[in-house]
Amino acid sequence: MALFQYPRPKPSEITPKEAYLSRRALIGGAAALSALATTAKAASLQTHPGPYSGNLTPTPHEDVTHYNNFYEFGMGKADPAARSQDFHPLPWTLEITGLVRKPVRLDVEQLLRSAAMEERIYRMRCVEAWSMVIPWDGIPLASLLKDADPDPRATHVAFESVLRPSEMPGQSDGLSGIQWPYVEGLRLDEAMNPLTLLALGVYGETLPNQNGAPIRLVVPWKYGFKGIKSIQRIRLLDHEPPTTWNRLASDEYGFYANVNPQVDHPRWSQATERVIGAHSLFGATRQPTLMFNGYGEQVADLYRGMDLRKNF
Amino acid sequence: MSSDPASALRAVKRHWRVILYPIGMMPAAWLVWQGQHGELGADPVNVFERSLGLWAFRFLLACLALAPLKRFAGINLLRYRRLTGLLAFFYASLHVLAYIGLDHGFDWGVLWTDITHRPFIILGMSALVLLVPLALTSNAFSMRLMKRQWKVLHRLIYLAAVLAGIHFFLSFKTLNGVSAPYLAGLGVLLMSRFLPQRPR
Repeated sequence: MALFQYPRPKPSEITPKEAYLSRRALIGGAAALSALATTAKAASLQTHPGPYSGNLTPTPHEDVTHYNNFYEFGMGKADPAARSQDFHPLPWTLEITGLVRKPVRLDVEQLLRSAAMEERIYRMRCVEAWSMVIPWDGIPLASLLKDADPDPRATHVAFESVLRPSEMPGQSDGLSGIQWPYVEGLRLDEAMNPLTLLALGVYGETLPNQNGAPIRLVVPWKYGFKGIKSIQRIRLLDHEPPTTWNRLASDEYGFYANVNPQVDHPRWSQATERVIGAHSLFGATRQPTLMFNGYGEQVADLYRGMDLRKNF
Repeated sequence: MSSDPASALRAVKRHWRVILYPIGMMPAAWLVWQGQHGELGADPVNVFERSLGLWAFRFLLACLALAPLKRFAGINLLRYRRLTGLLAFFYASLHVLAYIGLDHGFDWGVLWTDITHRPFIILGMSALVLLVPLALTSNAFSMRLMKRQWKVLHRLIYLAAVLAGIHFFLSFKTLNGVSAPYLAGLGVLLMSRFLPQRPR
């Protein structure tokens, strides 16, 4: 004999399976988005393969996210991953101002959901003579600049990163002599080149803090330091803007900073590069550095007739 | 050669310090072990090369610190000058070997341009070259043979330290928390040489 009979719902009251599954997906999606908004944890992105990726094999995720130059968090390669947990990349507004007809204030959380997001697997050549291959996810800078409708007088684009000494311990280190915030610049035609990307993700997920969350520049034919991280402001100008490393040592870091195996850094040759990812002292490899980092077909025309030794 | 316990004990007492040489070389062995087991990170050659250079600079500073230590603190460790100096030379040699072989794969074209054109490399190389005669004459026989000239020759260590210090400074993009303490240490040690002697 049954001790207890529990009340059964009428069959008509039972929620159909499809309905509750879709509701779960909705809740999951909302949770993922709010996680994206409040934490530094990587969230997966809706992205699709874009052009120019070739058949490059990406450097392991661990190296891409743990071997970084991001002096705002310290000068060691491991510092950015180890010391960036207090940085809050969201919410974030990216301004496009200056010589534009329609100044824009972009909500980066909305950009992260943009259908224009695409994957670009690019070579990354650091001025320190090492290289990686990185699968970025982002939006071509040109499409955002076009939305702002550049004024015909505009010739250059200036980028400005963020100043938050309380969240970025490297910005309080007075020894380096670096003026914060980090600033970078491009010629307008370089900025409009289809290769130039504003990256919001890497390896299909939102950018970790150490890689420049929430939005950074990727200019694959130039040395890595041109790829300014955590960008807050983009201004169109009628003159060449100052850039951080050039200001600090103009004989070592030029405005153009195009990857060029024939023009050496004063302290080392740029003809070859150490390939990151071997992890073995006696199995590490060096490979020849390519002119414009292998992107000559797309960008060589930008510099036709220029002395690249002088405009290094 | 006698083998009685008393003379054996005397020999141990006189020469026990040789075990400090292998102990001083342990950081190099540890770096090689780490390098072979993937523990030097994403750019192992660079870390290996820089670490060896830093150990060379540390032993060079230790060697320079012994005379002021005796003079200003009354602690006499002058007998370790040969040990620290030779270890500095050992690490500087490995540092250059790593640069030539591991980093540049014996690419003599690149190396030649480096050594003839880049002040950063010329300074470091010069420091090592200056240490060679010091290492070669770091024995009692040479001291007896050279008498006063030995002291004059070994003052080259100050020049080597200055060159190595500039090379070390240039090995970073900017001054920073890692390099600044070492450079300050070198500055203090060099300046202590010029302080007036205490009246006796």
